[in-house]
Amino acid sequence: MQLLLKGGRLVDPASDRDGAFDILVDGDRVVRIDRQLPLPSRAFEVDVPRDCVIVPGLIDMHVHLREPGQEHKETVASGTAAAVAGGFTAVACMPNTDPVNDNAGVTAFILKQARAAGLARVFPIGAVSRGSLGEHLADIGELKQAGCVAISDDGRPVATALLMRRALEYSGMLGLPVLDHCEDPSLKAEGVANEGAMADRLGLRGIPAAAEEIMVARDVALARVTGGAVHICHLSAAGSLDVVRAGKASGVPVTCEVTPHHFTLTDEAIGQYDTNTKMNPPLRAAADRDALVEGLGDGSVDVIATDHAPHHADEKLVEFDRAPFGIVGLETAVSLAFDRLVHRNVLSLGRLVELMSANPARILGLPGGRLHEGGPADLTLLAPDLAVTVDLGALRSASANSPFGGWELRGGVAATMVGGRWVYVNPAAPGAAALARIEAVSASRRGKHR
Amino acid sequence: MTTTRTRLGGTHLLDIESLSPEEIALILETADAMKEIGTRPIKKVPALRGTTVVNLFFEPSTRTRTSFEIAEKRLSADTLSIAAATSSVAKGETLVDTARNLEAMAPDVIVIRHPSSGACHLLAQVCQAHVINAGDGMHEHPTQALLDAYTIREHKGGLAGLKVAIIGDLLHSRVLRSNLALLTTLGAEVWVAGPATLIPRGLDRYGARSTTSVDEAVEGADVVMLLRIQLERMRGLFIPSLREYFELFGMTRERLALAQPEALVMHPGPLNRGVEIASDVADGPQSVILEQVTNGVAVRMAVLYLLAGGVGAD
Repeated sequence: MQLLLKGGRLVDPASDRDGAFDILVDGDRVVRIDRQLPLPSRAFEVDVPRDCVIVPGLIDMHVHLREPGQEHKETVASGTAAAVAGGFTAVACMPNTDPVNDNAGVTAFILKQARAAGLARVFPIGAVSRGSLGEHLADIGELKQAGCVAISDDGRPVATALLMRRALEYSGMLGLPVLDHCEDPSLKAEGVANEGAMADRLGLRGIPAAAEEIMVARDVALARVTGGAVHICHLSAAGSLDVVRAGKASGVPVTCEVTPHHFTLTDEAIGQYDTNTKMNPPLRAAADRDALVEGLGDGSVDVIATDHAPHHADEKLVEFDRAPFGIVGLETAVSLAFDRLVHRNVLSLGRLVELMSANPARILGLPGGRLHEGGPADLTLLAPDLAVTVDLGALRSASANSPFGGWELRGGVAATMVGGRWVYVNPAAPGAAALARIEAVSASRRGKHR
Repeated sequence: MTTTRTRLGGTHLLDIESLSPEEIALILETADAMKEIGTRPIKKVPALRGTTVVNLFFEPSTRTRTSFEIAEKRLSADTLSIAAATSSVAKGETLVDTARNLEAMAPDVIVIRHPSSGACHLLAQVCQAHVINAGDGMHEHPTQALLDAYTIREHKGGLAGLKVAIIGDLLHSRVLRSNLALLTTLGAEVWVAGPATLIPRGLDRYGARSTTSVDEAVEGADVVMLLRIQLERMRGLFIPSLREYFELFGMTRERLALAQPEALVMHPGPLNRGVEIASDVADGPQSVILEQVTNGVAVRMAVLYLLAGGVGAD
C-alpha cells in the first residue's frame, strides 16, 4: 500500500535535508524522497499540514517498560502506546525488570510483547551483571544475540571500577555500548533529594552532585583506557557535564543524555514534598539546570532521553522518603523540548532531531535516526506551534506520576508512523482527521492482503 | 502585642514557616492564660469539650506525647494515643490508609509525630481534621520552638535583639529548623555551632550565623540552646565519638561562663548528659530545661484551642 506525504517540511540532519520534500511510503518502507514527487496510481495522498514538520521517527533510548514483573506500573503494551503518543517510533528499555533482563529468555519475552502490541519498536538493553547485582558479568554475547542493543545495570551504577572496565572491554568487543547510571552509592547513602538549600529547608537527606561527578569521572577514565563506548545516563549536574566535555575533547568515546525534567525543573519544584518531583538523579539547582541547557545547545549533550519511570499512584502517595524514585516522561518530552529549548532559541529543529533521533540511533546502532530510500518508514509528524495543556488523566501510560500536570506548553506531536502505519494520530492536531481516515482505510486494505 | 484574633488563620499547624507574626503573638499570649490553668487545684476548662483528638505517634516520645495528652485533657477533649508499633502500621498499612481509617471515625484534631519529613503535609492533604505537627522527620517541630520562645520571653521580656546560640547536631534537627524560623522572625540574633559535618547549608536564608567554634557562638549569648547528639551520627561518619564531641562542643561550666551571666540554658530533651551538656550545667541555676517542659503544656493548650476551640462561636 502506497502513501505519498506531500508538501511537508522535512528536517533530517543525518541525511542533510531541511526543506520541502515529498516522501513516498510503500508498505513498511520509505521508497522515494524528493522535491515534487508524482502521485502513483494506487497511492493515497496526504497533504502535510502547513504547521507540521516531518522528522525521522524519534527514539527514546532510556525507558522503563516494567514488564516482566511490575505490570501494575506499566506493560510493554501500555508503554509503547505512551511512546507513540509521545512521538517516539522506537524505545530502548532498561533491564531492571523482575526478573532482571540478564538472559535471552527475558529479552525474547520483551520482544514478543512488543510485537504483539504492534506500536513502537522496542530495543531491549541487557544487564551488565547477573541480576544487576554487580558481581559477575551477564552473558552479554547471549544478550546481543537475543536482540539487546546495549548493556546497563540502570537503577544502580555499575558496581565497581573493575566490573566497569571488564564490561567496557567485553561489550566493546561485541559492539555494544555500556550505559551507566552514575552515582557513588556511599555518597548517595539514604539521600532522597539534591543536597542543597531546598533539601536542608525541607529536612530531606541530600544526594550531593559530587556523587554523580565522581562516577562520571571513573567511567570516562575507563573508557579512555579500554576504548569501549560509555554512555552516561540522565546527566544532572554541571560538574558531570564538565567531565564529559573534557573527555570528549581528548577523544574518549563518551556520550551523554539529559532528561526533559532535568532541563526544565530545579529542586525548588519539590514544593511541599511533591513525590512526583522525586527521581534519581534528583532535580538539582538552577546552576545545574542552566548548565545542562547550555550543553544541549553547544553539542556537549548528545541525547534527550526521558528515563520514563512509571509508578502506580498508590506507590507515590506516601511520605517523600518512602516514595519510589522516578516519573513518567514519554508523553511530555516533545512538548517540553519545544517549549523550553526550541522556542527559547537554545536548539534549532535540526539539532532537536539530532538529540532525539539521529544520535540515539547512532549510539545504539539502530536502524532509523534518518529517513532514506529503502529504509523503514518510521517518522514523526511534529507540530511546533501546537498549544498543549498536559492532561495526566489522558495519558496512555498506565501510570501518571508526573509533575507536569496542567502545564501549558507550545509544541507537540501530530502523528507517529511506524513501519508505514500511523500508530498514533493526535486528535487535537491539524490535519488529524484526514490522517485518521487514511489510516483506517489502509488498515483495512492491509487486513485484506494478509 | 494585642490582637482581636481568636483563631489561627489556617486549618493546620504544620510548620513555623506558615505562621504570621500576629499568629505567633496570639499563640504566646494565649499560652499565658493556659499556663495559669495548670496552677489551679482543678486543672480543667471546658474549651475542647466534645472534641476528639487523636495523637498519632510513629516515633517513641515521652515529653511531647505526654505534654499533648495533658494539654488535651486540661481542655476537656476526648483524647487517645496511637503508637505505631502496636498498630496496623506494623502490618504494613500506609500512612494515607491509616489516616483515612481514622478520619472515618471523625476525629477533630490529629497530632502526628513521624520519622519522615513532610509526613504531616501528606496527612493534611488527605484529612479533614486539623493536623498538628508534633515533629516530622528532620523538618520541623513547631510547638517545641513555640515553647522555647515562650520560655525565653518569660525570662527576658521579649526576643528582639537577644543573642541566641544553638549548638549540636544541626543538620538532622527539626528543633533547629523550627527555632531558626521562629527566633529570626521575632528579631533574635541567632548563632549556630557544631562540627562542620553537621552544619546545614542555606542558613543565610534565615540570617543566622554559623561557626564551628562553640566559644564564638556562646560569647555574650543571652540564651544557650543545646541539641541532642545521636549515636547514629557515628555510623554516618559525622563525628568520631561522643567523647570527642563533648571535648570540642559540650556545654561545660567553663564554656557557659563566656555567655551573659544571666544567660538561659535550654534543651528540648531528652538529654545526653556528658555529650552535648555537662550534668552540672543541666542541673545548674541557669538551666530552664524543666520550665520548658511545663511551658510545653501551656503552649500546646494554646495551639489546640486556637485551632479547634470555640466551635460554634464563629
